[in-house]
Amino acid sequence: MYAPGVNSSTTLSSSSSYNNDRPPSAEAVEVATDPASGGFFNSDYKKHDDLKQMLDSNKDNLKLEAMKRIIGMVAKGREASDLFPAVVKNVVSKNIEVKKLVYVYLVRYAEEQQDLALLSISTFQRALKDPNQLIRASALRVLSSIRVTMIVPIVMLAIKDAAADMSPYVRKTAAHAIPKLYSLDQDQKEELIQVLEKLLYDKTTLVVGSAVMAFEEVCPERIDLIHKNFRKLCSLLVDVDEWGQVVIINMLTRYARSQFTDPNLQDVDEDEESKRPFYEDENEVEEEQQEKRAPTLDPDHRLLLRSAKPLLQSRNAAVVLSVAQLYHHTAPRSEVHQVAKAMIRLLRSHREVQDIVLTSIAATATRRKVMFEPFLKSFFVRSSDATHIKLLKLEILTSLATESSVGIILRELQTYVAAHDPPFVAAAIQAIGRCASNIKEVTDTCLNGLVSLLSNKDQAVVAESVVVIKKLLQTQPSAHREIIIQMAKLVDSVTVPQARASILWLLGEYSERVPKIAPDVLRKMAKTFTSEEDIVKLQVMTLAVKLCLTNPKQTKLLCQYVLQLAKYDQNYDLRDRARFLRHIIFPADAESGGPTRLSKQAKKIFLAPKPAPVPESHFKDREQFQLGSLSHYINTKANGYQELPPFPLEAPDPKARDVETEPQVMEQAPLFTAKKVSSKKDSTFYSDTESPEDESEEDENSSDEDDDDDEEEEASSSDKDDDDNEDEESSGLEEKLPIKVVKSTAKPKSDEEEEEDESDEEDSSSESVSDSDSEDESSEPSSVPKKQVRNAKPAKESTPVAKPKSNLDLLLDLDDVSPAFTPIMTPSLGGFLTPMSTPSSQVKTQLFPDIQPASAVISPNTTSELLNKINSNGLEIKYRFTRSPHLYSPSMASAELTFHNHGPDELTDIRVGEKPTSGGVSIHDFAPIPSLSPGSSLMGTIGVDFADSTQPVNFEIKIGSDRTYPVALKVPVGEVIRAVAMSEELFLKQQGGLRGMNENTAKLSLTKPCTDLKSLTNKILTVANLGVIPNSDSSTLRFAAQTLSSKSTVLVSLLSSDNQNLTITVNCEKMVIGSMLITQLKACLAD
Amino acid sequence: MEKHWKSVISRSVCDYFFDHQRKASSPEDIPPVIATPHHYLISVYRSSMFFVAVCTTEVAPLFVVEFLHRVVDTFEDYFSECTESIIKEHYVVVYELLDEMLDNGFPLATESNILKELIKPPNILRTIANTVTGKSNVSSTLPSGQLSNIPWRRTGVKYTNNEAYFDMIEEVDAIIDKSGSTVCAEIQGYIDCCIKLSGMPDLSLSFVNPRLFDDVSFHPCVRFKRWESERVLSFIPPDGNFRLMSYHIGSQSIVAIPVYVRHSLCLRESGSGGRLDITLGPKQTLGRTIENVVLEIPMPKSVLNCGLVTNQGKYTFDPVSKLLVWEVGRIDVTKLPNIRGTISLQSGSPPVEANPSINVKFTINQLAVSGLKVNRLDMYGEKYKPFKGVKYITKAGKFQVRM
Repeated sequence: MYAPGVNSSTTLSSSSSYNNDRPPSAEAVEVATDPASGGFFNSDYKKHDDLKQMLDSNKDNLKLEAMKRIIGMVAKGREASDLFPAVVKNVVSKNIEVKKLVYVYLVRYAEEQQDLALLSISTFQRALKDPNQLIRASALRVLSSIRVTMIVPIVMLAIKDAAADMSPYVRKTAAHAIPKLYSLDQDQKEELIQVLEKLLYDKTTLVVGSAVMAFEEVCPERIDLIHKNFRKLCSLLVDVDEWGQVVIINMLTRYARSQFTDPNLQDVDEDEESKRPFYEDENEVEEEQQEKRAPTLDPDHRLLLRSAKPLLQSRNAAVVLSVAQLYHHTAPRSEVHQVAKAMIRLLRSHREVQDIVLTSIAATATRRKVMFEPFLKSFFVRSSDATHIKLLKLEILTSLATESSVGIILRELQTYVAAHDPPFVAAAIQAIGRCASNIKEVTDTCLNGLVSLLSNKDQAVVAESVVVIKKLLQTQPSAHREIIIQMAKLVDSVTVPQARASILWLLGEYSERVPKIAPDVLRKMAKTFTSEEDIVKLQVMTLAVKLCLTNPKQTKLLCQYVLQLAKYDQNYDLRDRARFLRHIIFPADAESGGPTRLSKQAKKIFLAPKPAPVPESHFKDREQFQLGSLSHYINTKANGYQELPPFPLEAPDPKARDVETEPQVMEQAPLFTAKKVSSKKDSTFYSDTESPEDESEEDENSSDEDDDDDEEEEASSSDKDDDDNEDEESSGLEEKLPIKVVKSTAKPKSDEEEEEDESDEEDSSSESVSDSDSEDESSEPSSVPKKQVRNAKPAKESTPVAKPKSNLDLLLDLDDVSPAFTPIMTPSLGGFLTPMSTPSSQVKTQLFPDIQPASAVISPNTTSELLNKINSNGLEIKYRFTRSPHLYSPSMASAELTFHNHGPDELTDIRVGEKPTSGGVSIHDFAPIPSLSPGSSLMGTIGVDFADSTQPVNFEIKIGSDRTYPVALKVPVGEVIRAVAMSEELFLKQQGGLRGMNENTAKLSLTKPCTDLKSLTNKILTVANLGVIPNSDSSTLRFAAQTLSSKSTVLVSLLSSDNQNLTITVNCEKMVIGSMLITQLKACLAD
Repeated sequence: MEKHWKSVISRSVCDYFFDHQRKASSPEDIPPVIATPHHYLISVYRSSMFFVAVCTTEVAPLFVVEFLHRVVDTFEDYFSECTESIIKEHYVVVYELLDEMLDNGFPLATESNILKELIKPPNILRTIANTVTGKSNVSSTLPSGQLSNIPWRRTGVKYTNNEAYFDMIEEVDAIIDKSGSTVCAEIQGYIDCCIKLSGMPDLSLSFVNPRLFDDVSFHPCVRFKRWESERVLSFIPPDGNFRLMSYHIGSQSIVAIPVYVRHSLCLRESGSGGRLDITLGPKQTLGRTIENVVLEIPMPKSVLNCGLVTNQGKYTFDPVSKLLVWEVGRIDVTKLPNIRGTISLQSGSPPVEANPSINVKFTINQLAVSGLKVNRLDMYGEKYKPFKGVKYITKAGKFQVRM
């Protein structure tokens, strides 16, 4: 009902069988006389006067009463427009219910009473400024629903305002208003599109659904508006309300069809084959091969399919079907079958849902037989099904029949023939016919079965069988002389004209096979000619002519007789046909000359071999329409149907979908794969999945949740299938351009898993044990400190000078966390909401403001050398700190390594050798490089936990089996900390707690006066990974960070008394870090 | 009753619908989508009423069907049942509801928790209170749920007794053929909840044997990721009654058929009579008794009347609809219920080719026929101890025995 120029009138009509025969116009009357109908339904025209009085009174309940009655009239479709002036006055009513009802009335009649409607506009304009969002929204709703062209500019203005409203609810309403205004005045299109563009950028789940709906109605052709929002839409999809999901998926299907290449392109031939049942097995093999081939899907295409998949589990049938059609139209063939199960589930739903889903399945089944084969039994018919559902099920059963399953299907069909529902029985017999001609193996069995039906007592069954047999015989007439004879005998008993006609046609066509019977039948038919139906008469003539040609001796006179009878028939078709036939067969009548050309060829004309009919599903031609659309259902193009474009041969530039990197995203990326977390979840509930992930809920940006998914999925896929892994990984890498950093760290991660697998196999068992041990150890502290950040916050509030805690302390800490901090999850992703995002706990948020990890604003480009090419015979390794958290543990700084081979030989197996083990320092290896050819370079990521010191970390790089080089990774102090975001208030509070020993202050004067603070900020951020704190004071700059390992707070403030002189203050629990940082900052600012 | 969202369409479009209605032999046979020259009528049939939506342009028909069903669900939720007279009685509320649920042809608020905050469901007490105090049923503030990430739950819920009840209902769909062998059998299960918990509880429900599930669908509140990885239902429930999950077990696993029917029906005897003899018995019930057993047999048109004797329960035969109903009640293992007797046929009518099929209905309490069991229910996020209860029921769904 979204797109429809909806006039959705909901009509409730009583419909029990007894009033089926009443004329529809009696409805109104019936309602009025029905004793059950409520009092107000009886109100009649005389009462209009007192209604006016009531409306004019100043008592709210009288007004309400009056409005209720008026609404009753409106609801019944009675004219109530003469009350318009009296009603409109009440638009200012304070009583919210009166107001609502007035709105309803206004929307209904404003179009008819344009001038009077204008009186109410100013009220709405006032309401649009109301502080209550509900009132703003409903004012906009009504205002935009008033279909008066005069107010178009006002509505336009209102929509523009509302689109920028604080409240997402109002913005949603604005999105709804756009198509309304568009339908009222098409000229506003350009301006509306601008507003729409803004709304499409909205990140609130509430808004996007409606925005896309507006897009579909106003400018479905402006696909360029979607590019930038594509990835966002995909990631928000699961959280959008169900109706929005349907619209978005439908729109994205069209988008996918226009932007991505056909995933099944390389195997078009197989596609053809799959249509033929005989190649079923081969087809399956092909499909397996195809899976191995790993379809090269555009990463965005993959993203779309992946984010839509969970929606198959939706309770809303419309959502499920829209996902199904998305897969049907855009997914690689090997994946389409995933939707079958969900579609089958829908068959348990309401009758109407069943009907529509079955129609879709029937259309799909003609092309994708294999998909529904496992569910064959779900399509067995019950006697309690409605007739049209039975017919659809039959249709599907016959489409699904294969050599293996045809036995079961035929047995079912046999039972159906005995049912009590005539149209269904007829369809069942036709279905047998279709099975017989589709599957050669069973043709004879079916034919025998059908022939036995000829002796059925039910006329209708016999007739239908005759028609079906006729079609079947055409394919192989030679073998079935007996059947033809038996059918000829039936002419005496069968009365159904269709069947009689079929018999006659058969006799004529194969008269040589039954030379004795055919003329006899013609004789009988000539006798009864006048009393036959038209369709039979036509066939009698055809039979007569054919016999006359093959056996003129016996039948020429009969034929003339029949034609003579037809000449005077009432039906002009018959007369016409008779004249036409006579001139060919008996040309002598026309001219006295010899046989004409036509009559010489008569035998060729009438007895030409005819191709056998190919029984086809009548759902075949529905392919052209989008599955599940209205047009598909009614099989004609509906008003406003958007054609599904064919896949482009060449995909348009995927870069169009790239969005500028949004800095916040990086830090938030959850650092755990599901596997790791779930391994520990049985301890306490605090330590299960919830804790690490609640990070991602912090901000509303759910795109990071999505990353989380992907990682999980990728991790699991690497378990399942190693072949696939590489492809998956690399595609995942490109897929997420906006969150590149996360991805690049993710890659070594799963590589590393692989590596572990390998080592498990190869190495001695003792090593593998220690291997996994170390992983356990390191993963534990890694998750713990994170929790600590969260949970220790309140603690920090009270004891701001808290000493940095060791890991052990942190573990103990967990026990006294109050349950109030149990995270609350979002619906779909299993991500978590911290309590603060639920309205009820907003108070808490203010009491315990949060320190949130923020992303680095600047990622420095300075690289340093780790390994010199001269020392190592050609291998040069450079490193650079990326300032993104390392995937393995948040306490690690990740450094990007660039390997370059300057030497002449290929270097193999570059890996980390011995690692430091003391002092809390740990290293997470880069993925070993199997080989590096001369002149080429490769990238890798290494994670190092510096344990909050700036001591260089020494370890070894190994190349091949024998070469080992000691290296030292030096870290500037600015990289052992990580940016955090906090409020200014909290900053000052924390700073107050870090005085004395923990405070370092330095003064310096700049060499050249600095005019803007921005350049200063940039300088500082290049040197150290600090987060900028929003500032109320223009002369002060404030930054905050945490040390990576112990999460001690680092606060930096910069006070510029004038343009030249600066005071830098660094407060840090770790005095060493503090003093080093200030030296570094001084050095950089002095430059 | 009519309500328009875009420009007004005359009531006469419904004539097309009535045409179809007249043609169809039963209300179920009316196609859900009817195309008329300018409009498309999409209808659903619920509790012997038709709800018709009129569209002018392309729209996914399921979208409309699903919405109409949701509308009816809401009415049922508000007025506890949805009949013609009830809708006429509460037409103002109905109108207000429709107005909130749909804006310009696009669904606005369909969650019952939100709607109930916007428009209070009618009850006698409130009606009286409103007339006295002059308050209205319509809320003037936006329900907080609408804006939050969990739109299905209203905030500030308070109960003195905190309770959470789960009903696990399983329906056995089966077709049994003449000889008593199973043609197809499936289980369709639902978990319906009645949750009355204060605050923002976060529940997680785990099963002893979650592998049984073939296919599932969830209320939007269920976190799908958690289910994928751990097979645990983790959710913040809406307030009140709702369907948490529905599932489907079939195709792969073998479904236990809890009841058997031994039958013989002969309608072709010489003279104008036939014989009927049916015995029922339990089978694979795991020691539970089968209750509320009802047999329905739609007899062929030529049957005039039945003269039957039962040893348990009573039977009725409606000569108009030709429906034979035998209400058996509980099946006693020691004395199997039996019905037998003669059937009088219309003389001269053509003999009936095939026998009808029997629709069987039954319930078994305290048993989930699939063997599914709830392991535990945990609540996080609130401090109180809720009262929890799980109830298992097995019912016959579309259980059909062919004779």
